[in-house]
Amino acid sequence: MSGFISRGFRGRRREDAPEGRVPPGQYLTDDFPVLSAGPTPHTPLEEWTFEIRSGGASVSWTWEEFRALPSETVTVDIHCVTKWSKLDTVWEGVPVETLLERVDDDSPYLLAFCDGGYTTNLPVEDVLDGKAWVAFAYGGEPLDPEHGGPARLLVPHLYFWKSAKWVRGFELRNEDEPGFWEQNGYHLYGDPWKEQRYWGD
Amino acid sequence: MEGTAVLGRLTWQVAQVTETRQETRRVKTIALDLDDWRGHRAGQHVDVRLTAEDGYQAERSYSIASAPEQGLELTVERLDDGEVSPYLVDELRNGDGLEIRGPIGGYFVWEARDMRPVFLAAGGSGVVPLMAIIRHRIAVGSSTPMRLLYSSRSLDDVIYRVELDQVAANDNGIEIVHTLTRAQPEGWSGYSRRIDNDMLREVAWSPSESPSVFVCGATRFVEAVAEGLVGLGYDPRSIKTERYGGTGG
Amino acid sequence: MQTEDMKLDGSAIGGMMLELFGREMTTAVSTCRSCGASGPLAVVDVYVQAPGTVVRCRTCESVLMKIVRGPDRTWIDFSGVRVIELES
Repeated sequence: MSGFISRGFRGRRREDAPEGRVPPGQYLTDDFPVLSAGPTPHTPLEEWTFEIRSGGASVSWTWEEFRALPSETVTVDIHCVTKWSKLDTVWEGVPVETLLERVDDDSPYLLAFCDGGYTTNLPVEDVLDGKAWVAFAYGGEPLDPEHGGPARLLVPHLYFWKSAKWVRGFELRNEDEPGFWEQNGYHLYGDPWKEQRYWGD
Repeated sequence: MEGTAVLGRLTWQVAQVTETRQETRRVKTIALDLDDWRGHRAGQHVDVRLTAEDGYQAERSYSIASAPEQGLELTVERLDDGEVSPYLVDELRNGDGLEIRGPIGGYFVWEARDMRPVFLAAGGSGVVPLMAIIRHRIAVGSSTPMRLLYSSRSLDDVIYRVELDQVAANDNGIEIVHTLTRAQPEGWSGYSRRIDNDMLREVAWSPSESPSVFVCGATRFVEAVAEGLVGLGYDPRSIKTERYGGTGG
Repeated sequence: MQTEDMKLDGSAIGGMMLELFGREMTTAVSTCRSCGASGPLAVVDVYVQAPGTVVRCRTCESVLMKIVRGPDRTWIDFSGVRVIELES
């Protein structure tokens, strides 16, 4: 860690964090940074499906079928491991339990897979009971491709790398198999309130 | 850390700001002094790191503007939504320390022993490393033909304008062609649009001269120019690019 | 900002690679495991606006390298590179 301090440098952060809303080590932001590990996929809606794979079987929804499912609008705080937090973000999406109900499988873990090859792992209990959605709208507008549209996973109680953009489905698993970033140093679970950013945190 | 002096360019060192010069409304040149500086090659860059009192850090890369013969100078454009550039352009002053790492880069560099005619294409602040190349060519007295096609929004946005006018007027094998994409002064007879294939055909060397090419600027600008040159018959391997990210040109 | 605008060159991580490997790496030649394309590490697509740095093959876009820098450790996944050639 550098001992040198740049005179007069503060960075772009806001200082006025409301009590208890911002996890340790995080800074508030007003904008919505676009983070990307690769080119933005552009899957036409006619070809888009969401699939849950369970053992050898699978169940899937086309875009029309997915959008016909009951959805809800939620306001949540989001926390990115790159240290920015954004409060009161408004999303519309299908609760993940609505999708998982269609599958008769009690596997404890899932691996979310996405257009572009991104993956992330989650315990199934962390995406049930109002904790996660497959979101298709942000701020009242259809989700922009740069932010993961047409649909992304939304799991606000964990670091935002778990809210996989361009999500196309889940593989249900017996083991918690690390995904794209979890294989590469990021924490398997990722609780921002325990500052679980990296392996061993 | 004991090993730091030995590691030299491999790790962060604190440079002193010795001079700052406003180039345009949003662009400033910063001259730096560093005890251990062992020189650089034209086209290389340095990484700059800022650290706030609470330990918060931000890092960015900036091309070196000076020729190797001229010490170390950076030219920085202030981006409105930037985090590092507003500090460098608005806050940093003579006597301040600045942490840098480098010089870095072995690919986007020009050496005077390369005798191929050189085509340089710059979008906005992408002119910075190309200026280092031009300054180096002049400093070593090379006569390699060099041509710069420089895209700016308006005359007021042209970085190093006076120096480039002098370089062009000296007429010793370096040609400067400007295009002003948003606003042109009264009586402007030069190009007044974004670089396109027609312009490249008129300005760039013929592929038969086996030129060496350096293109620098925003990602979209660089990709458009590189594709255009390949379309004109340029060998893709002769085209070196440095993409700055961001939009515009 | 569009993601296409955020693609940088290998030189964007030149400093990090200089620090990690102790030598200039942008001229090292890598071969993509996925498509076999070879070229200097300067000629790759680098995405730095992410939880880590992702380096992709410019020909086929598959991941060549992933780099995550923690406060006291760095993780590098090279599995997308079949081989790197360096000047001795």
